[in-house]
Amino acid sequence: MAESTASIDDLVGWLRRSAELLQQEASHLTELDAAIGDADHGANMSRGFTAVTEALDAESFDTVDALMKKVGMTMVSKVGGASGPLYGTFFLRFGTSQPGATELDATALAAAVEAGIGGIAQRGKSERGEKTMLDAWYPALEALQAADGLAAGVHAAAEAAAEGRDATEPMTATKGRASYLGERSVGHIDPGSASTALIWQAADETLGGAA
Amino acid sequence: MTGIVVVSHSRALAEAAVGLATQMVGDGGPVIEVAAGLSETELGTDAAAISEALERATDEQGVVVFMDLGSALMSTETALEFLDPDLAERVHLTWAPLVEGLVGATVAAAGGADPERVVSEAELAVEAKKRHLATVTEDD
Repeated sequence: MAESTASIDDLVGWLRRSAELLQQEASHLTELDAAIGDADHGANMSRGFTAVTEALDAESFDTVDALMKKVGMTMVSKVGGASGPLYGTFFLRFGTSQPGATELDATALAAAVEAGIGGIAQRGKSERGEKTMLDAWYPALEALQAADGLAAGVHAAAEAAAEGRDATEPMTATKGRASYLGERSVGHIDPGSASTALIWQAADETLGGAA
Repeated sequence: MTGIVVVSHSRALAEAAVGLATQMVGDGGPVIEVAAGLSETELGTDAAAISEALERATDEQGVVVFMDLGSALMSTETALEFLDPDLAERVHLTWAPLVEGLVGATVAAAGGADPERVVSEAELAVEAKKRHLATVTEDD
């Protein structure tokens, strides 16, 4: 049975499971990106999260903000593509929104995720409906906020992120490399929304105890 | 002297652009730092490396940053958040094209121009190219 709060160890477990899923799905993410982008999303996310895993092996963390600062800085340095500053800013803002915290309940997790998503939107100068990772992040946040408790919250968020990912298929891209394709981006899932859905799947399996 | 930072996905591209620009000024040019590629050969941009390059290149007057495309812009904006706010205020980002703009900026900075002036010279460089090719087309 899952706990009602996520400890530092639980958050580390979430990050490690995210790394595994992103590495497993790297070629699928790259296929999605080859259709409408520059075919590097799988390799970039895999490289970034491999570096995150190495950082987690090398160091232990006393607070959520110290942990997420390390994760964010690693992502902005190691990913290489646009998902570096986007996911990096997510984790940095996630951490700074919870100064000194050593665990997060469902409400605190939702507040941290909301701060992180604000960072993505600001960094990408983007909003919902533009066929980006935000189309998976926002539904996940809303599901988390609406649910009762941590386990139910991350489970609902994972389902909402997957639905948000699928909903990017008919959209026309107006941001990022895919925007060069305009109407030809229709009919393809956005790779950033797919990696976001994997990160929520990892949350469900670890923080939600669904594994 | 106003400093310059070149942010690119490719280290080879950035270094070649710097080589072309410094031909114009010999040893008397500004500090030009490169933050490009994840390594010598891997393509990508790194916000932490950009913030370090900005710290090295910024003098009292400030620094002008050239970027190639895509994540170079977002990584540079991310890097600004890592800087001391006093230093970040002296960082000027320009939309000027990397090659033409960098040449114009290097010459302007070597002549003692402040960052605002360096940016305007860099952004004018694209106008000279446009005018030249417009004339060629009319002559045809």
